[in-house]
Amino acid sequence: MVRVDGRGDGSSLVRVRGLDKKYQRGSEEIHVLQGLNLDVDAGDFVAFMGPSGSGKTTLLNLLGGIDLPSAGSITVAGDEITHMSASKLTAWRARHVGFIFQMYNLIPVLTAFQNVELPLLLTHLSKAERRKHVEAALGIVGLAERMEHYPRQLSGGQEQRVGIARAIVADPTFLLCDEPTGDLDRKSADEVMELLSRLVREHKKTVLLVTHDPVAAERAQTVLHLNKGVLVEGRTVEAK
Amino acid sequence: MKYRHLIFANLFRKKIRTTLTLGSFVVALFLFGFLAVVHGAFNQGLEVAGANRLVVVNKVSIIQPLPISYKDKLAQIPGVTLVTHANWFGGVYQDERNFFPQFAIEDETYRQMFPEFLVPDDQWKIFTDDRVGAIVGEDLVKRFHWKVGDRVPIKGTIFPGTWEFNIDGIYKGSRPQDDTTQFWFHYKYLEERENQYWKGLIGWYTVRIDDPGNATRVAAAIDDTFANSPWETKTETEKAFAAGFVKQAGNIEFLLLSIGSVVFFTLLLVTGNTMAIAVRERMRELAVLKAVGFSDGFVLLLVLGESLFLAVIGGGLGLALCKLFTLRGDPTGGMMPYFYLALPAVILGLLASLTVGLAAGILPAWAAMRLRVADALRRV
Repeated sequence: MVRVDGRGDGSSLVRVRGLDKKYQRGSEEIHVLQGLNLDVDAGDFVAFMGPSGSGKTTLLNLLGGIDLPSAGSITVAGDEITHMSASKLTAWRARHVGFIFQMYNLIPVLTAFQNVELPLLLTHLSKAERRKHVEAALGIVGLAERMEHYPRQLSGGQEQRVGIARAIVADPTFLLCDEPTGDLDRKSADEVMELLSRLVREHKKTVLLVTHDPVAAERAQTVLHLNKGVLVEGRTVEAK
Repeated sequence: MKYRHLIFANLFRKKIRTTLTLGSFVVALFLFGFLAVVHGAFNQGLEVAGANRLVVVNKVSIIQPLPISYKDKLAQIPGVTLVTHANWFGGVYQDERNFFPQFAIEDETYRQMFPEFLVPDDQWKIFTDDRVGAIVGEDLVKRFHWKVGDRVPIKGTIFPGTWEFNIDGIYKGSRPQDDTTQFWFHYKYLEERENQYWKGLIGWYTVRIDDPGNATRVAAAIDDTFANSPWETKTETEKAFAAGFVKQAGNIEFLLLSIGSVVFFTLLLVTGNTMAIAVRERMRELAVLKAVGFSDGFVLLLVLGESLFLAVIGGGLGLALCKLFTLRGDPTGGMMPYFYLALPAVILGLLASLTVGLAAGILPAWAAMRLRVADALRRV
């Protein structure tokens, strides 16, 4: 269940209250997010839509702990992250967040296997255990046979699937996807969205997605619109 | 070391750039090693100087002789325990390019005075019994492919004529820095052939003293003893005597330091620039590493690790090449018998290389560490 009125019962996985984000551009102050409230339950698939500059990516960055709010609080799985120190926040990200980016952001000099393995290097898993996890993640995204390929040897869709494998390999609390289909053709975009839907449906992942693409947003259970720094409830459907 | 592939992969993403940067370290450290070798060659005398030995020369100039009659007087000065003397011969073997030092020595006391030179007893015995015998250093033997029993003609430049010597023995140094390119023969032979002008004259004395702490007092006592005589003396420690020779060649230390500093500063700029470009190109990747949970400290160490790796490998290669170069021996044909890259120079070179690597990497690494993930991900 997704709510934007700030009346969630406290059991939600993600709880945002009074979130403000301001930027200073020269002498001008830009108010990107204004008193935003949000409650997302575990297993939800939420899409954020809105015009460019509406603050979608900023919201995602704040939820992922890679940016700090000007005011308000964010609580994820019981952890209030807005007051964490930088080092605690880094450790928290490693444990709870899987990022999926528009430009894939794979490291070009590492193979698909090595890219997916990156988050596991921060764990105490042995080499054999890491291999098992990476193979499983690449298997889920259908790229088990491409694990020794470098990003330049993969198509855009395949690169994004490697990016998804990297995001899920450490079994994070939730996935934050910033325009994951923005750089893909329709067919590849559909494949990626189907994969995300499957992660929600079969693996009970919580996915928060920012997109401009209404077709991609169709896959989400809930679509929220962000306009002038305020979240407006869109439609809610059963997951596809 | 589960992060090893991260460092290596990044280093070799731009192979040409990495190779050229590595090449800068190789060339710089080769040059550093070479300068250290030249410095060592010039300062060899300082390193091998005995702390308990004084050199007594003519006060006017080292090329002016001293009378042999001083020997007994020197031996009576309190604190002096042994006296020997030698003459510079200055001959050439076959032609002028074949330069090496030849000394006319007082055989028994000379051997006692310089125990660091090792001569087998049987060979020494043959030498002492042979009026035209010679003892030669092992490097000299290698250079001219001589062997014990050979008869060697030396053409005199100070003492005219051709002098023939029998090689009766070969000496070795007990330390790596000992000069084994010398040629010794009997002073008696020189005096006998040059009895018109050189009878009773020697080049310089070397005296051993009972306590290095008494060096100043004994040196003053020696010079006082011969003050106001026709052959006044100048006495100094063997180290000071050797340092005087080095000074005659100019301020080698300053020259080497200047060249070395310029080379290392240039290397710092080259490497610093390379690392800065490498980090700038990878801002997004470093941001992704941070986003997935790698700490600021890890990112700092990753960038610094790349810089230090280049420094160690490049520096090590440069020093190794220099070592190989010195293994071929003195390239000057005898002017630098101690042509050797010593371990302290290798350690100093590696430390200098690491310092440059650290200095070159620290600013880009710091920038990478301070990188704000959200800002870096926004850049295209």
